[in-house]
Amino acid sequence: MNISNSEYGELTKKRSPDSKMYKTLPKAFFIGGIICTLGEGLINLYGYLGMDEESAAAVTSITLIFLSALFTGVELYDRIAQHGGAGTLVPITGFANAVVSPAIDFKSEGYVLGLGAKMFVIAGPVIVYGLSASVVYGIIYYIVSLVAG
Amino acid sequence: MDYCSGKTFKYAHASVESFAAVVGKAENEGPYGGEFDEVIEDNKGGCDTWEQAEAMFQRKAVGHVLKKSELTPDKIDLVFAGDLLNQCVSSSYGLKEYYMPFLGIYGACSTFAEGLLLAGAMVNAGYAERCIAVTSSHFSSAERQFRFPLNYGGVRPPTSQWTATASGAVLVSDTGRPPFIRAATVGKIEDMGINDLNNMGAAMAGAAYDTLSRHMKHMEAEPQDYDLIVTGDLGLVGSQLLCDLFGRDGVDIEKLHKDCGLMLFDRSTQDVHSGGSGCGCSASVMCGHFLKRIESGELKRVLFCATGALMSTTMIQQGGTIPGIAHAVELTSY
Amino acid sequence: MDVFLEYLKAFLVGGAFCLVGQLLIDLTKLTPARILVSYVVAGVVLGGLGVYQPLIEFAGGGATVPLTGFGSLLAKGVREAVDKDGLLGAFTGGLNACAAGITAAVFFGFLAALCFKSGSKINEK
Repeated sequence: MNISNSEYGELTKKRSPDSKMYKTLPKAFFIGGIICTLGEGLINLYGYLGMDEESAAAVTSITLIFLSALFTGVELYDRIAQHGGAGTLVPITGFANAVVSPAIDFKSEGYVLGLGAKMFVIAGPVIVYGLSASVVYGIIYYIVSLVAG
Repeated sequence: MDYCSGKTFKYAHASVESFAAVVGKAENEGPYGGEFDEVIEDNKGGCDTWEQAEAMFQRKAVGHVLKKSELTPDKIDLVFAGDLLNQCVSSSYGLKEYYMPFLGIYGACSTFAEGLLLAGAMVNAGYAERCIAVTSSHFSSAERQFRFPLNYGGVRPPTSQWTATASGAVLVSDTGRPPFIRAATVGKIEDMGINDLNNMGAAMAGAAYDTLSRHMKHMEAEPQDYDLIVTGDLGLVGSQLLCDLFGRDGVDIEKLHKDCGLMLFDRSTQDVHSGGSGCGCSASVMCGHFLKRIESGELKRVLFCATGALMSTTMIQQGGTIPGIAHAVELTSY
Repeated sequence: MDVFLEYLKAFLVGGAFCLVGQLLIDLTKLTPARILVSYVVAGVVLGGLGVYQPLIEFAGGGATVPLTGFGSLLAKGVREAVDKDGLLGAFTGGLNACAAGITAAVFFGFLAALCFKSGSKINEK
């Protein structure tokens, strides 16, 4: 080739359109905001029904995850996500979508090695790094409280 | 290392006897809808899984070709078949019931040109009387293998391409009638250092430029000598890059250049971003649209160059780049 | 009016978390899985530093629904368990605190897989 890879890389950058951020940013903000507002509404609803703060928050998570699983199943979540971008990725519903969609998709490879094994193919890292970080934090917190205590 | 110019094979006894394309719903809603032999409206056609559906697309495309030539499978000497799935399962499972001598080939999205080139060579050399070349791709099976589960809400960046749900098949023999396979150039693996899974067009444009330039040099032809230069699935980004690369040599191909990836879908109304892609993309546009026009003489000399991104998710995750390849086949009506 | 303000705060803070995520998608080439991981780890760190709890008190669902809230919940669970059980708490607190979310995702994922087929994603006009 009569063009170096770095020169070609420059050319590629020039020819590759960027995301239309004037569209993606407001949509992510709006759709993400709506999901969080729905969460707030559910927390209040469950509080009104007599749950304490912690239970209300937990049941809210369960409800949102249920709704996300339902929307994923009827092929609505991925359609909303085409507009929502990070607005549908970052909330807990995005985590649920990442768990539910491979479960549905890999059912064709069987209930154990397909559905069961592939369920965390996208969301697994979230658990791995989330839990690991929390253990590290717990150890640090333990040491700090020993020293301070 | 010296620059290897390779060879351009010249054929005197190879024609496309019949051709057929089977496509999915969205492909038939594109600008060339209605030109295909069969449309599978739900992309699944009663199959249980997407992989089985893709195999069925290929089986149907070959079935149409056999029907058009009024032949039974036992009259076929050899079939070259390929697709994008691991172990080329759409080809092997799709064609197993025909019991034809089978050679599986892989060149990513360039496979259709590879098959056409090999089928032409076998017929021209006299090893085979009738050869079939067939390829397929399916959006859903490709998505499952290369990207995300279908119901996952992943966002596609603007440079990404949409895998075509389609299959195209040709039957090559020495009929003495157009479309003639006149010449072919085998591509070299060209790594442009692109590592973005969502920018396949950029990974392939360099290979297309190299193969096309070599082919025209060997044929002592200028771009203007062709009615059209048709690339496989460079999409918008890759097509612009190809024109840029020729532009650096002072050659303007923009008016002659068509890209199957940009033709199969209507980018303004269908959400395919940079355009279509996949083995079935160029196969269906060639078999549904161009070959008819070469057969009728409406197009006299077409240079078809299918492009492939030899991408592996494993290699990308290990920090690798995406090598590209492109094979050129020259088709004429005279 | 207070209720309206409460929901507005949830909307704005939640939206802002998503806006940052979208900036990461558009400006860097981070894959969705990497963004999810970053958010959870960021949540653990912010929760551990004690920065996140005030935000939850301010914005409610706006701070608990994004995955950073999930991270801060992990941190909170670990902290409470360490206070109670010592070092063992570092290993039990996290999963305990987010048990509802993870179990719900697994169970509803299983149910959804039983009930639904994978979508065709036919590219409609």
